[in-house]
Amino acid sequence: MIRIFNLTFLVFLFLVTKANSLIEIDITRGNLDPLPIAVSPLFQNDVSKKNSISELKIENVGSEISSVVENNLKTSGLFNPLSKEAFLQKPDIAHLKPRFEDWALIKAQALITGKVTIENKKLKVEFRLWDILAGREMMALAFTTVPSNWRRVGHIISDKVYERLTGEKGYFDTRIIYVSEEGPKTARVKKLAIMDQDGFNTKYLTLGNELVLTPRFNPTSQMVTYLSYFKNLPRVYLLDIETGTQEVVGDFPGMTFAPRFSPDGKKIIMSFAKDGNSDIYTMDLENRIVERITNHPSIDTSPSYSPDNRFITFNSDRSGYQQIYVMKSDGSNVKRISFGKGLYGTPVWSPRGDLIAFTKLHKGKFYIGVMRTDGSGERLLTENYYQEAPSWSPNGRVLIFYRETKSNDKGEGFSAKLWSIDLTGYNERQVQTETDASDPSWSSLLSN
Amino acid sequence: MNFSKSFRNTFLVILLSLIVSACATKKTTTKVEGQMQGDVYTGTDTVKYLAEGVPDRVFFATNESILTTKSRDTLRKQANWLRENSSINVVVEGHADERGTREYNLALGERRANAAKDYLITYGISADRISVISYGKERPVDSGSNPLSWSKNRRSVTVKAN
Repeated sequence: MIRIFNLTFLVFLFLVTKANSLIEIDITRGNLDPLPIAVSPLFQNDVSKKNSISELKIENVGSEISSVVENNLKTSGLFNPLSKEAFLQKPDIAHLKPRFEDWALIKAQALITGKVTIENKKLKVEFRLWDILAGREMMALAFTTVPSNWRRVGHIISDKVYERLTGEKGYFDTRIIYVSEEGPKTARVKKLAIMDQDGFNTKYLTLGNELVLTPRFNPTSQMVTYLSYFKNLPRVYLLDIETGTQEVVGDFPGMTFAPRFSPDGKKIIMSFAKDGNSDIYTMDLENRIVERITNHPSIDTSPSYSPDNRFITFNSDRSGYQQIYVMKSDGSNVKRISFGKGLYGTPVWSPRGDLIAFTKLHKGKFYIGVMRTDGSGERLLTENYYQEAPSWSPNGRVLIFYRETKSNDKGEGFSAKLWSIDLTGYNERQVQTETDASDPSWSSLLSN
Repeated sequence: MNFSKSFRNTFLVILLSLIVSACATKKTTTKVEGQMQGDVYTGTDTVKYLAEGVPDRVFFATNESILTTKSRDTLRKQANWLRENSSINVVVEGHADERGTREYNLALGERRANAAKDYLITYGISADRISVISYGKERPVDSGSNPLSWSKNRRSVTVKAN
């Protein structure tokens, strides 16, 4: 069923791109030949420049926004933004009507132009995407917002360009919630932190007084569920990011952990440990009813719903070792799906529904991989000394996870960092964070 | 002919280097041997004492929560001490090493702490005097990334609660 859907989807994309333009990007394969694109600085007139300085303390917010776009497109691995030094046409003139021969000369296949005005405490941005080879406009859009939102405007432009050229939603206007880490390994201080997908605008949501772990967004990205050791009682909590309100989830006589929202946002699914046995439970956020989903003397943890809420994948050692299982969301029809060599953990269902990402431990190495939901087609994307906990980009094309380095015998040389990799296994990159970082969770697309 | 000869030579070189490296590994294991049995820590480096002769912690094999003979011995000493000090309550902390996924290790730490708790209960200590908490891999005592360090971190520790 899913496979047929994919196939028709690809054909559809192919036809659309053929019909509308010469530019096409296939994101289903590793892209070793990224599309050359020219991102012209967004034009800003002198009045607007003055307002930009008074409002934002930035001289030219137009070029700053274009840098955000350029950086996003570059890190996607699908685009190769060309050096601005080679540009022959001025931004304002190019935005009216590009001289396509000039841009073709520097081998650009696509061009982004635009214009920014700041007036009456409003930021107005318009941009156009041009197909250089076909010699015509592909898209034109305008936004108005408060000036302080200028980075988000850059992310939204990036998403529009990505979507127009790949046929799939982007993932740039998103945030990452993660655990910030500081201090020695034996006394690590951990705080919840949130930042834009490109590492900017970091905010700390807890002070570091208690241990916090595994934050995850709800589908609207306004709430977070996580594990806190507040008062030395490890329990699952719910946090409203805007208001800062926190509450403990349910009233369990023991540790609750490994929380995640259901894709409809109505439930939290988590593990509850009692007398040495961890099972999976859900709590309905509206009526607070707690339901037991698994009942087995082994460890059952790391649950994750399928996007249609009908199935749950989870981690269990009921076979003797950590393996990945899938069951119906009422707990029936439990099936083991991981059968390769080694141990498997942290299964997480793709937002597209077709794949499950996981961590695998085999012969002292850790891998991030994906498999189909029936366990077939296992693909390992990256191997390292230690890495785990993949989280999907909202379009299901990129995974973010954390990686730790080995310490020497004195405990020196340890670090924890966030990394991302494409589903294709290409384009592995470190994601910048202010401190050491772990347990990343990717938000939904904020502008939709 | 030439090929098979050179092949045999390479083979010999490989064989020799294997013997040499085998000697080398043997040496390091003997060095660690005093402190590990299988992969369970048997040393005393990190051990603290609840009272004279009553160690506070027991150690586990990778991914296991089974109590070794030595662990059971330690826990019987703890049970005796708890019987003599009936006003004292304890928290059993369960821990895992850094070579496992965070969430599974939280569950594993809880399983280890409960293995120790259950043993104390069988030796007559009332369940309401013992609480458990799992720290998973969050609170290692040894920050090294080697088998000996990991073995010290796979532990349950009995701590006075009052």
